[in-house]
Amino acid sequence: MILDETDRALLRLLQQDADQSATALAKNLRMSQPAIWRRMKRLKEEGVIKGVALNLNREKLGLGVTVFLGIKLATKGRVSLEDFERAVKAIPEVQQIEHVLGLYDYRLRVVARDISDFERVLRRRIMTLPGVGDLEANVLLSEEKRPGPI
Amino acid sequence: MLDDLDRRILRYLQVEPDMPLSDLADRAATTPSVASRRLSRMRRDGTIVNKTVLIDWAALGYEVEVSLRVTLDKTQPRAFDTFIDAARDVPEVIEIQTFLGRVDVRLSVVARDMADINRCTVIVF
Repeated sequence: MILDETDRALLRLLQQDADQSATALAKNLRMSQPAIWRRMKRLKEEGVIKGVALNLNREKLGLGVTVFLGIKLATKGRVSLEDFERAVKAIPEVQQIEHVLGLYDYRLRVVARDISDFERVLRRRIMTLPGVGDLEANVLLSEEKRPGPI
Repeated sequence: MLDDLDRRILRYLQVEPDMPLSDLADRAATTPSVASRRLSRMRRDGTIVNKTVLIDWAALGYEVEVSLRVTLDKTQPRAFDTFIDAARDVPEVIEIQTFLGRVDVRLSVVARDMADINRCTVIVF
């Protein structure tokens, strides 16, 4: 889909706050409400807008630690990927699971309240997963989402 | 501090951010006016940062997305600042993360094709 300047401005506004009413958006962009509705409808139909997400402040939720774990499955003991994946999905502290190619087989994004809570999750839930071999940790220090080439 | 009701509200809202208030209240076992007050409070205190649209970059012609893992020369005192400032100037960089570990910085970059990735990479480095 080709965007014009108004589409771009609309997308940028929606990125900052997707809760804005069509009235507010219309006022901001000096357009009519129906015109805004039409553009938003088109952006959704063309798949440019694929959904909506809630941004939460992890610190305020009490989740002070985020660690990315690379996991290599042990080759001996032929573990089924399904067993591993089912077990990982049962851990609430694991927010994301990616099956990857490279040094590691899986990349997990794990959140915890603090370091000792993380250790609990690591020792009791992660290291006990079926077939876990080597682990590598990268502690997230900061994270920033950028608007992208709109 | 968040109580159980706040957490229930957030759990349902995370999955379906556009859920109507009445549905959200039902699922969280509360009334719409209570749910609304809780949401207002969580927005005011910054627990809920915002609601944002998710953009499909491929639909805009950015077919490729790569994850660049970077190790910096940490003997340079401003290594992180300089690198991250440069990364912010490249519009195709959609996410910047810093780490303690094997990797110092990870960039998520979208591009039209691999040649475009090379161009972006040269600009940042």
